[in-house]
Amino acid sequence: MSDQNKVKPTAPAVQTTGHAWDGDLQEYNNPLPRWWLWSFYGTVVFAVLYWFMFPAWPVGDGWTRGVTTASVIEQGQTVDRPWNTRYQLIAEMQTGDAALRQRAYAEQISSASFQEILDNPEMMAFARSVGRGLFGDNCAACHGSGGQGVVGLFPNLADDAWLWGGTPERIHETLIQGRNGYMPAFGGVLNPSQLTDVSEYVLSLSGLTQPGEAVEPGREIFQGPIGGCYTCHTPEGTGLQSLGSANLTDAIWTLVDLPAEASTEAKRDALSAFIAKGVQGNRVMPGWSDRLSPTDLKLLAVYTHQLGGGQ
Amino acid sequence: MADVQEAQLYQRRIPIYPRSVKGRFRRLKYAVLALAYGVYFVLPWIRWDRPNAPDQAVLFDIAGRRFYLFGLVVDAMDIFWLAGLLVIAAMLLFMVTGIAGRAFCGYFCFQTLWTDVFVLVERLVQGERPKRMRLARMSWNPEKVLKLGLTWLLWIVVAFVTGLTFTLYWQNAPDLVVDWFTGRAPFPAYATTLFLTTTTLVFAGLAREQVCTYMCPYARFQSAMFDRDTLIIAYDRSRGEGRDGRHPLGHGYKSRAERAQQGTGDCIDCGYCVQVCPTGIDIRNGLQLQCISCGLCVDACDTIMDRLHWPRGLIRYTSENADAGKPTRLMKPKTIGYGLVVTAAIALLAWSVATRQSLVVTVEQLRQPLAVTLSDGRIQNRYEVKLNNKGTEPLRIHIHIEGLDGAQLDLGNFDSVTVEGGQRLRLVASVRRPAAGAVGQQHFEFVARSEGADLSEQRRQATFYLP
Repeated sequence: MSDQNKVKPTAPAVQTTGHAWDGDLQEYNNPLPRWWLWSFYGTVVFAVLYWFMFPAWPVGDGWTRGVTTASVIEQGQTVDRPWNTRYQLIAEMQTGDAALRQRAYAEQISSASFQEILDNPEMMAFARSVGRGLFGDNCAACHGSGGQGVVGLFPNLADDAWLWGGTPERIHETLIQGRNGYMPAFGGVLNPSQLTDVSEYVLSLSGLTQPGEAVEPGREIFQGPIGGCYTCHTPEGTGLQSLGSANLTDAIWTLVDLPAEASTEAKRDALSAFIAKGVQGNRVMPGWSDRLSPTDLKLLAVYTHQLGGGQ
Repeated sequence: MADVQEAQLYQRRIPIYPRSVKGRFRRLKYAVLALAYGVYFVLPWIRWDRPNAPDQAVLFDIAGRRFYLFGLVVDAMDIFWLAGLLVIAAMLLFMVTGIAGRAFCGYFCFQTLWTDVFVLVERLVQGERPKRMRLARMSWNPEKVLKLGLTWLLWIVVAFVTGLTFTLYWQNAPDLVVDWFTGRAPFPAYATTLFLTTTTLVFAGLAREQVCTYMCPYARFQSAMFDRDTLIIAYDRSRGEGRDGRHPLGHGYKSRAERAQQGTGDCIDCGYCVQVCPTGIDIRNGLQLQCISCGLCVDACDTIMDRLHWPRGLIRYTSENADAGKPTRLMKPKTIGYGLVVTAAIALLAWSVATRQSLVVTVEQLRQPLAVTLSDGRIQNRYEVKLNNKGTEPLRIHIHIEGLDGAQLDLGNFDSVTVEGGQRLRLVASVRRPAAGAVGQQHFEFVARSEGADLSEQRRQATFYLP
């Protein structure tokens, strides 16, 4: 035999665990390589280092905080806080790449006029994506997630009818100051037949009934001193956006669900019941200037404006 | 018996000092090495003319979420091509393994290639196997310090160039190299280079065959794909051992005829095949899991056989069936199945790449609210139109609708938009139509027409709903 076979003995390669399954299945019992053992010790060392670096062990009602820190801005000061995922999130929201990019867009928005924003597809895309979040957080509770509103309670922002004006400037104003919708209750002023007459006339304004002789009594109440409806709704019935009075000549009904009523009689009855009651203190939109930043208000104005395709 | 019973839990690595060998498989391995190194080290330096985009032929731009591969630009949303590529690679590996055994391990795996280079460096500095073994046994002296120092220095250079080259695939190579050495490169470039330098040193310099034997999953599952027709390297036991086993050359054991008479075979037990083995096994003990099928023992044995003027092939590429004198059958369901899957996957990927379009248009209905009555009695539905320009040139895109009578499209204050190369844009499209004559739901099409580098028209189905 040559030296070679002494250098590389091939002897006890067949050491097995001693078990046999299914008669002849055996398992080798080869030794682990030593570096594997050292790698295992390495992971133990890693774990111990980790305890010192990061939050790790519960102690009483707290925990060991570790020596790593996250830089966050608190009250205008940059301070180092013990690292944890919350502080990391705060730091990323303040100075992360995405946060800085978003801030750059927000600055562009805040210095641009509404017309410039509307003309720029990229700023519009930004306003839509940020606006959707703002709208969901602040507006959707009443107006619905898509701005569809609730008939009788909260106006639909997804259509093109605007009680208080649908230009971005007017919407912005609405957001800042809030609005207070009001209509007197006519139940004590007009008798039931007068209410029916004026309802008949109002229905004719938007073509739900035929104008003509039949609506003449209603027209007199609407346009005359008895009802005086024209003072807010204008003689043409188109409403005044400065007062928030509804346009009665279009197809949109925000307070009485007329399209849901099957017959003209039912529509008329629903309308006269509403006129008797009026709008009394339950049609209030709060002002948001002390809750949202000027840029957020501007973004929301643009977002709301485009919901209905704008005006 | 006592030796066997004694439990040895951990084993030190037994150092291997592969002897050099010349022969056809060694030449083939050098050719593959030269090709692989040529591709790996040169590729990042090849330039490719692209308008409005980096001019590096192969560039994986993670920050820009784009991969540039010569004429092909892979956008983030095309990343499923990578899945296709991986499927092809895996199936190809399975198929080749079934036919040719661990050919990948022996010739193409970077562990094998880099280990080969590191062993080469070791040999050029320290000398052939016996010298290296003597040097290792030697106590520390200036010669040992010098030779080991030089070896490590060269290893570090190779490892560093390897690590640095890898980082060059992720940013513009000429700039990055300058930035790297002037301290202006981004942190990941340094981290990646350092990491790969270290792993190259550890894996190719120290761990070597341990990677194949203990770490590599492919090594294990490739063995599971072997069958009796798979190409393996085997020692011709009947020819080598004869009746009474192998025997060195010597008096009365010179010629084949003499040896046959003595009842011994052709193996002269020179040990050359063991000495050249990069994983340190003795192929004469049969097929072992450490064998990466590199063919160096074949070269070694052929060298000896040639010198003795005996026929080659005492150790050779064969299969278990061939070794047992049975025919080797390669066309069988397993091979054909893998072949079909690989062909299908390649065809699918090629089709997907060939029919790619630089403008991707999607139209999604805004469903909250689904439909709205407008003040003039018309109905409005809204859609979000997403435009994604995967190309490198800006595209001017016009959008209109077809197939909806009396409908009007409103995109806001713009009738066409420009999408820069590599940019996405989301638009809201309001579609309005009279309520009269409308039915419950109606299908129509958005048509996006792009002008610019490529004139194309894309149509997307949409549905118009009534309240």
